[in-house]
Amino acid sequence: MSDVLTLEQVCITDGGQTVIEADCTIAPGDVLTIMGPSGVGKSTLLAFVTGTLKRAFTATGRVLLDGADITALPPHRRQVGILYQDDILFPHMSVGQNLAFGMAPGGTRAERRAAVSAALAEIGLEGFAHRDPATLSGGQAARVQLLRVLLSQPRALLLDEAFSRLDTERRTQIRRLVFDMARDRDLPVLMVTHDAEDAKAAGGRIITLGD
Amino acid sequence: MKHLPLAVALCLPLAAAATPDPSDWEAVLEEAEGQTVFWNAWGGSTTTNDFIAWVGERVAEDHGVTLEHVKLTDTADAVTRVVSEKQAGTDSDGAIDLIWINGANFAAMKEADLLFGPFAEQLPNWQYVDTEDKTVRTDFTVPTEGYESPWAMAQVVFMYDTADIDAPMGSMEEILDWSQANPGRFTYPQPPDFLGTTFLKQALVDLTGNPAALQQPVAEADYDAVTAPLWAFLEELTPTLWRQGRAYPQTGPAQLQLIADGEIDMAISFSPGEATAAIANNQLPDTVRTLVLDKGTIGNASFVAIPYNSGSAAGAMVVANFLMSPEAQLRAQDPEVLGYGTVLDMDKLPSDDRAAFEDLDLGIATLSPAELGNVQAEPHPSWMTRIAEDWAARYGTAQ
Amino acid sequence: MLRHLPLLTLVVMIGPVLAGLWGALLPALGHLPGAGLTGPSFDAFRTLLAWPGLEQALRLSVTTGVLATALSLLIVVLVTAGWSGTRAFGALQRVLAPILSVPHAAAAFGLAFLIAPSGWLARLTSPWLTGWARPPDLLVIQDPAGLAMTAGLVTKEVPFLLLMTLAALGQVRQDQRLQTARTLGYDRVTGWLKCVFPAVYRQIRLPVYVVLAYSMSVVDVAMILGPTRPPSLSVQIVKWMGDPDLAMRLVAAAGALLQLVLVLLALGLWRLGEVGVARLGRNWLETGRRGRLDPALRLVGIGLGALSAAATLLALLGLAVWSAAGFWAFPDALPDAFTMRNWHRHGPGTLEAAAETFLVAGAATGLALVLVLGCLEAEHRSGRTLTTRGLWLLYLPLLVPQTAFLPGLQILLLSVGADVGRGPVILAHLVFVLPYVFLSLGDAWRAWDPRNAVVAGTLGAPPWRVFWQVRLPMLLRPILTAVAVGVAVSVGQYLPTLLIGGGRVATLTTEAVALASGGDRRAIGVYGLMQTLAALLPFALATLLPALVWRNRRGLHV
Repeated sequence: MSDVLTLEQVCITDGGQTVIEADCTIAPGDVLTIMGPSGVGKSTLLAFVTGTLKRAFTATGRVLLDGADITALPPHRRQVGILYQDDILFPHMSVGQNLAFGMAPGGTRAERRAAVSAALAEIGLEGFAHRDPATLSGGQAARVQLLRVLLSQPRALLLDEAFSRLDTERRTQIRRLVFDMARDRDLPVLMVTHDAEDAKAAGGRIITLGD
Repeated sequence: MKHLPLAVALCLPLAAAATPDPSDWEAVLEEAEGQTVFWNAWGGSTTTNDFIAWVGERVAEDHGVTLEHVKLTDTADAVTRVVSEKQAGTDSDGAIDLIWINGANFAAMKEADLLFGPFAEQLPNWQYVDTEDKTVRTDFTVPTEGYESPWAMAQVVFMYDTADIDAPMGSMEEILDWSQANPGRFTYPQPPDFLGTTFLKQALVDLTGNPAALQQPVAEADYDAVTAPLWAFLEELTPTLWRQGRAYPQTGPAQLQLIADGEIDMAISFSPGEATAAIANNQLPDTVRTLVLDKGTIGNASFVAIPYNSGSAAGAMVVANFLMSPEAQLRAQDPEVLGYGTVLDMDKLPSDDRAAFEDLDLGIATLSPAELGNVQAEPHPSWMTRIAEDWAARYGTAQ
Repeated sequence: MLRHLPLLTLVVMIGPVLAGLWGALLPALGHLPGAGLTGPSFDAFRTLLAWPGLEQALRLSVTTGVLATALSLLIVVLVTAGWSGTRAFGALQRVLAPILSVPHAAAAFGLAFLIAPSGWLARLTSPWLTGWARPPDLLVIQDPAGLAMTAGLVTKEVPFLLLMTLAALGQVRQDQRLQTARTLGYDRVTGWLKCVFPAVYRQIRLPVYVVLAYSMSVVDVAMILGPTRPPSLSVQIVKWMGDPDLAMRLVAAAGALLQLVLVLLALGLWRLGEVGVARLGRNWLETGRRGRLDPALRLVGIGLGALSAAATLLALLGLAVWSAAGFWAFPDALPDAFTMRNWHRHGPGTLEAAAETFLVAGAATGLALVLVLGCLEAEHRSGRTLTTRGLWLLYLPLLVPQTAFLPGLQILLLSVGADVGRGPVILAHLVFVLPYVFLSLGDAWRAWDPRNAVVAGTLGAPPWRVFWQVRLPMLLRPILTAVAVGVAVSVGQYLPTLLIGGGRVATLTTEAVALASGGDRRAIGVYGLMQTLAALLPFALATLLPALVWRNRRGLHV
């Protein structure tokens, strides 16, 4: 598992007006940060990478994952994970079911449950499998989301202002956890943020937009 | 081309022969088993609805016929339906298998060849029917010729609340006098409602000096002269009516509620036993009694007919036959149930059945056959249509 | 498949309307080949124009329709302006869904008994207050001006418009607007009228048009509360449709077209009125008046709103009392005795009718739900949202009066030899159920955070898995509410069931209206109550089920 994420001459326009352009390569385990105030099209770029760009936009360029062109693939076949600032845990599923939702199919029920429990234990949430996501604290929810993405075995990770809703203390903690785990798994990470602290903590290249 | 006449001949059923043939009753019963009969009957009276439901249970038990009561607000709806089906070429298995019908609707359907039959006089229970003294072979002067079978006798009576009215009235003139002395206490259903038109006919029969003219089609009489007393009567009566004649109840039973509410004190009915049945159902106060006019009141029979395109004619005949059975007739006459007059001749009945009829307590508000007195014949149906139209022109829109 | 669903939905919804209008046009011009009549001829229109009641019937349609719509809108505006966000408003909101689901016919029966001279109000106040030992001879129900009928319509249209207004409030950021106005010294009602109402009205304009078109052409309420000498045009059309004389069918078709023109004219008139009111409003805005009358207007608003809600609730209570009444003479406030006899007599009949009602409602709502979910999912996947034109199409079946296209549809169905009965009735109900299900579900569906779909997709779930496992369960509550709305709409349908069912499809509503002609209040009480329960039950389930299913999921509690 060592993939390179490439955005090749990507240009997104809205009614003829350029929203954002990007041409970059992110090596396995590296973090590329795109910085800028809200409204400069950072999230639009991520939507292009996940394959969920709104109809109103037109995009040219390609997204390559380890050299293979994934631009035309539907979102569920791209193997690109994403984390948002808000907690997007599915409210009708338990914590365990949320994690199992992202796991590749296969194995018996007991095996899948064991895998979920083990993963929860790894991030310090032992015994949380049956919890209602609405009862989690912000930090816990963030960790469960990260875990859910990782269990789906993505080949690249996108972070959309993923830490902006956390308080300062948790923020540092979660940030470190995310970057460590991405590095452990050799994932290329593309992060958009408006926060300089985030960019600095990422330790990779920083592209600043719209100043 | 030369095959055409034959093809046409094969497609046209012989008008005279009804299939299934009612005179082969065993075959009719056999065919009826398992059929569903859609009986289109006016659904505004809960007592009638209950009776029809009971008929359904009985024919299901005895003959495996399923009876579905299609509740109409107006019998004309059923006629319309058959007319539309004929236009659309739905010549078999139409929506309607049996219609509660009489008068103008029957005349219209018979005239337009929309009826199955003749069947009525071949039904097994026809043997008990009183063909002498009861108008079961003519319907508003139109000969039935076996295209409809009778199931109830009706006669006009007036229900009145003895708590408010001391002495019964004997003529339309007396009703007018009373209404003028007690304004707002009388009304009648708004024509062209059947009972409302019946009130107009009853007034006409009672007031006219020329009753013979009413037995002829209206075109053959001096309409203006014959009906002049009626309109003069209404001119005087209308301002003294409930709501000064600015609104009318829409149906006969709606008058019951008005009596019970104390809004009116007298109402017309076409069923001598209706008041007793309504008292039993808490729909009328127990102080209500019935009266007939001195010269007598209009009477007629209620019939059922089968549309030409019924897919369950056998089942429909089984129902029609059951309606004429002593069992059904006795139940219909029971004031706790319907209080309808029977179409049967007591002298033709087996002694047990006759005894059962004699034992029946007609109830406090029902007049005995002797008290009901003279039955006036229905005018020719063209009178009803014409009077209803004329009424609508004079009183149908607020001026 | 999914791509073609919006088109299919459109055909299912608009097709019968257009077919029905076409089916009215030909007979109106004297062309009914099945009856051996070939046009063109203007005889039908000539007969129509010669009908002595025409002028009054037309006037009645317009005055009752416009008055009911204006009054309902006024009440809704005053209540919302004066009270939104308060506890009283919350209370009103809570009784909204049940009141809305009360079928028109049941509400009309109940109201008739309430306000008649021998009705409940008179009984409760007689003779000690009024001195009436007998009911006064006053023309209250069936009054020639149609005021009773208007009142009946208002009690039902207020909750509908209020619901639509509530939905609109969320989209126009009422709180910000109102706060701004109030910091500038405007009182509540004036501030709301000047700053929020213009935006809200833009959102509820179509529902207001629906109310106008419906009120002008209503049949069941008019038959129960409206005048009869003559009746309104729509009732007369239904009477002509039922006339055994074939030529009257042509007159009915001509009347149907006249009804359509009348409604279109009234809608045009209303539009002009909107422009006028807008101009006056702008002048009023510039005066800078802050609203001296506001406290009084607030009281009037809550008074009228509460009166309208109370009338419906009391009407229902009246039905309940009658359904168990023994003999009940005027002026007794309650019956002599209570008895189960009425329920024993009519209960079995209502159960049979209830089964038919739910069969038709279930099938129509089920079909509608499949089509609507399909359309919304197609919309979500293609990223195309509903345009204004699409919204108009959605409202079209509700804007064309039922009496304008159903007679033609019946004639057409019969002339192509289609069997009448349950199937066609379900499809006819679908025409009305679909738009309401769509409107009820659309907002909640679109308000769902699309990032849920992105996350589920990036976790490897294909679109159908996202639909079934993420979106549907999360939207269970609005979906069930939409189902309840659909069932309530279907339960209340009178004319489509009567005309397209050919009398073979007996639902609680057709039975109840047929009974109404007989005036037996005990039977009407039983049927009216059952009819109301049939519409209410789905709402109760829509509230209870999600609470039960998601009892351990706080994130899905409201």
